[in-house]
Amino acid sequence: MKWVKVTLRIGVVSLVIASFFFIQRLVMPKYVNGIVEGSLIETYYEEEGNHDVIFVGDCEVYECFSPVALWEEYGIPSFIRGSAQQLIWQSYYLMEETLRYEKPKVFIFNVLAMKYNEPQKEAYNRLTLDGMRLSSAKIKSIKASMMEDENMIDYIIPLFRYHSRWSELSFDDFRYFFNKKKLFHNGYYMRVDVRPVTTFPQGKKLPDYSFGDNAWGYLEKMKKLCDNNDIDLMLIKAPAIYPYWYDEWDEQIREYADSNDLIYLNFLDLIEETGIDYNTDTYDTGLHMNLSGAEKLSRYLGPILREKYGVPDRRNDTELSRIWEDKTTFYYEMKAAQETELAGK
Amino acid sequence: MLFTSYEFWGFIACLFLLYYLIPRKYQWVMLLAASYIFYFLAHPTYLIYISVTTMTTFYAAMRIGQLLNVQKAHLELNKETFSKEEKQGYKSSVRKKQRKWFIACLLINFGILAFLKYTNFTIANINSLLSVLGTGERLTFMNVILPMGISFYTFQAMGYLIDVYQGKIKPEKSIFRFALFVSFFPQLVQGPISRFNDLSATLYEEHRFDFKEVSYGFQRILWGLFKKLVIADRILVAVNTIIKEPDEYNGVFVFVGMMFYAIQLYADFTGGIDITIGIAEVLGIRIKENFNAPFLAKNITDYWRRWHITMGTWFRDYLFYPLSVSGPILNLSRWSRRRLGDGLGRKIPVYLTTLIVWFATGLWHGSSWNFIAWGLTNGIVIIISQAFEPLYARFHNKFPVKGKPLYSAFEVIRTVLLMSAIRMFDCYRDVPLTFRMFGSMFTTGNFSALFDREVMKLGLSGADYIVLAAATVILIASGIRRKEGSMRDRLEKIPARRRYLMIYLLGVIILLFGAYGVGYDATQFIYNQF
Amino acid sequence: MNELISILNGLHPDVDFAEAEGLVDNGVLDSFDIISLVAEIDSEFDVRIPAEEILPENFNSAKALYELITRLGDN
Repeated sequence: MKWVKVTLRIGVVSLVIASFFFIQRLVMPKYVNGIVEGSLIETYYEEEGNHDVIFVGDCEVYECFSPVALWEEYGIPSFIRGSAQQLIWQSYYLMEETLRYEKPKVFIFNVLAMKYNEPQKEAYNRLTLDGMRLSSAKIKSIKASMMEDENMIDYIIPLFRYHSRWSELSFDDFRYFFNKKKLFHNGYYMRVDVRPVTTFPQGKKLPDYSFGDNAWGYLEKMKKLCDNNDIDLMLIKAPAIYPYWYDEWDEQIREYADSNDLIYLNFLDLIEETGIDYNTDTYDTGLHMNLSGAEKLSRYLGPILREKYGVPDRRNDTELSRIWEDKTTFYYEMKAAQETELAGK
Repeated sequence: MLFTSYEFWGFIACLFLLYYLIPRKYQWVMLLAASYIFYFLAHPTYLIYISVTTMTTFYAAMRIGQLLNVQKAHLELNKETFSKEEKQGYKSSVRKKQRKWFIACLLINFGILAFLKYTNFTIANINSLLSVLGTGERLTFMNVILPMGISFYTFQAMGYLIDVYQGKIKPEKSIFRFALFVSFFPQLVQGPISRFNDLSATLYEEHRFDFKEVSYGFQRILWGLFKKLVIADRILVAVNTIIKEPDEYNGVFVFVGMMFYAIQLYADFTGGIDITIGIAEVLGIRIKENFNAPFLAKNITDYWRRWHITMGTWFRDYLFYPLSVSGPILNLSRWSRRRLGDGLGRKIPVYLTTLIVWFATGLWHGSSWNFIAWGLTNGIVIIISQAFEPLYARFHNKFPVKGKPLYSAFEVIRTVLLMSAIRMFDCYRDVPLTFRMFGSMFTTGNFSALFDREVMKLGLSGADYIVLAAATVILIASGIRRKEGSMRDRLEKIPARRRYLMIYLLGVIILLFGAYGVGYDATQFIYNQF
Repeated sequence: MNELISILNGLHPDVDFAEAEGLVDNGVLDSFDIISLVAEIDSEFDVRIPAEEILPENFNSAKALYELITRLGDN
């Protein structure tokens, strides 16, 4: 009978540990209503099928490109692993982590993050890091991102960080305990509303335009990672007009791209070619593109991916077609829903 | 490393595992290493001070002990030949030599303590004096860091020295064992101050892993964490709001602050001691209690037998008694009895000794006039209550209320209010302000502000108050049955399943409701520009 | 011995010091009483009780105290 006792004990202990995970999940913010951006990173893990193109970077990737458009018109399966103010090392470690799951043909990185050489804000770290599954890449990303007063253990056991939410638990926390609403389209955050640009900002003069060593270091690491794995790295700058993208910054990236044989597309200089119209293609006076803008940019990007990187058309793959058909349906459903909501206002 | 840091518990967990894996006879060595590592991690340079105290005290005690041994041997040898006077003479010459070592060691160690703790205070006072005298000069403050626990371990070591000098104990022969006595790390944070007799009996023994002991220790740690994290650290926010803006929070808020501080100090201090004793218990070491239901004290003297017990007994045994039987005080006693008659004459030396001891107690707590005022106030109130004893006796003769529940309740409430008021010196930045705020409790009539939602602006939300109230209820409930025995004994009576459930719930409460970490501020996550 | 008892009664008139035991352990004599006693003993019996002899066992009964005084007086 001893082993009955032992199994019982183990059972109780497991129950206790499970209860802590339960409580932890309960108090973690769900990011379903309000700051939805917090839910972005974790959507990657639900993906079926592989992707030939993976975007990494900040809001300029997840609001400016539409994977569904890329599929519909070019048969390119892609995913945007973007998040709020994603810092360059966070992008790098996301790239590293992605390789555990698949090997894309192209990684696309939005270079705005080069301006941030140090960790910025704990809350933004959370939005990017909490969604990652535990892995060595996540640990390294945490280490690189931690602010002075942060602790690794608060990331590994988020219960310690979020326990004080007990007084703010809302219905959402229970409703979305197990499953969240689908909010994004392979990492694309859809907005159909329109708010045209009113003024184009002039950049303030800076004392120093050089990017920091830490940032350059990670850009190098990205290149090395791609080289070692036979993946192409593409650098882009989305046509968002704010934060201001300085010519001096642009030059440095262009130099780097040229000397390393990388393609660098600064969409701010490709307004005519892409057909971006700052009156119709942004929903917040130029900080981010809306659906119309994202689709235009994707349409421009598609041929480049095909010709320059040889990314194939996968529409004859039955499995992928089936998967993407569902995504496309959901995409147009949300578009219709948002448009209706907008009309109703 | 504090009790509320992740690193500390990681340290404890590692120590705990290794402690029961290594051969038992080396356990005390591991504790010594752990204590010094703990100290080193807190601040490497601290180690110098505690080492100096350890070495000087050890050496001085050894010498004093040796002199005593030599004396014994010599007297034994010359038992027949020495006359009474010769014996006396010899003994007093040995005593003189012992005293030299004794005084030297006291001076060094109290000197270190005084230098590190009170230099800047002295300088501040000299500067005030200089400004009164109108000179432009000022002394610059020194850059001293106070080593952690120095007040505690110095007293603990000096207690040992005095015990050896008084012949109560034999000096410890191993400097390493002695070093452990001085530096035993759980005591470095908030005490208690142990006696060598008590601690050495358990500290160096071999400790077998005993599930019951360890689980009791663990429960005690949890209980301490509950008090500290859920109650003390939470209510501290409100206390700080009140005392940082004394002009805004006057009148009834002073009272609120006073009572909140009473709760905060109780939860923090007794919680910290629970953690200390719990950690020691987990390691198989029993430390003496430092508190005994202080909120049930009937008067101030009773209170001081229940609060910070080891400090009170240290001052009693090592300052109060020696001072009262010292030459000068006894001479004063004779003189005052002659001049002022039996009644008052008998009291004068007692009162003087009491004031001196309480002055020292205040000073020990901190190097500022606030603490000195606090100590002296305690002393004065004690003296007054002593002086009025005959009056009280007559009152109780006439009105037999003693022991009746209502009167006992009155005594308890009176003492709680009294001690809470005296503690106001801890809170406000200087003595005149404290008196002013105390007065404003009676003069400023803003009682209505309590109902004016002002209480909500103290930094605690409604949810926080609910948690505090519930936790306080739990606290009181746990104390109500104390007549049935200590918490350990009462816990033992509860069937295992229910007990484990209670422990589990306590753990969840601490994890969820503990006031630790950064706190969640949703506005932080809203970004203006990504 | 009788003088000792009368000194003790001066502190606590209602206690029967001839018989009572455990004076310290049971809280009959507190620390103030003890030092008052020491001062009185010093003036009445001309015996100085050193601090190391202020132990519960020496003050727990009138008898113990008397023995202490005698012992110290002899030396």
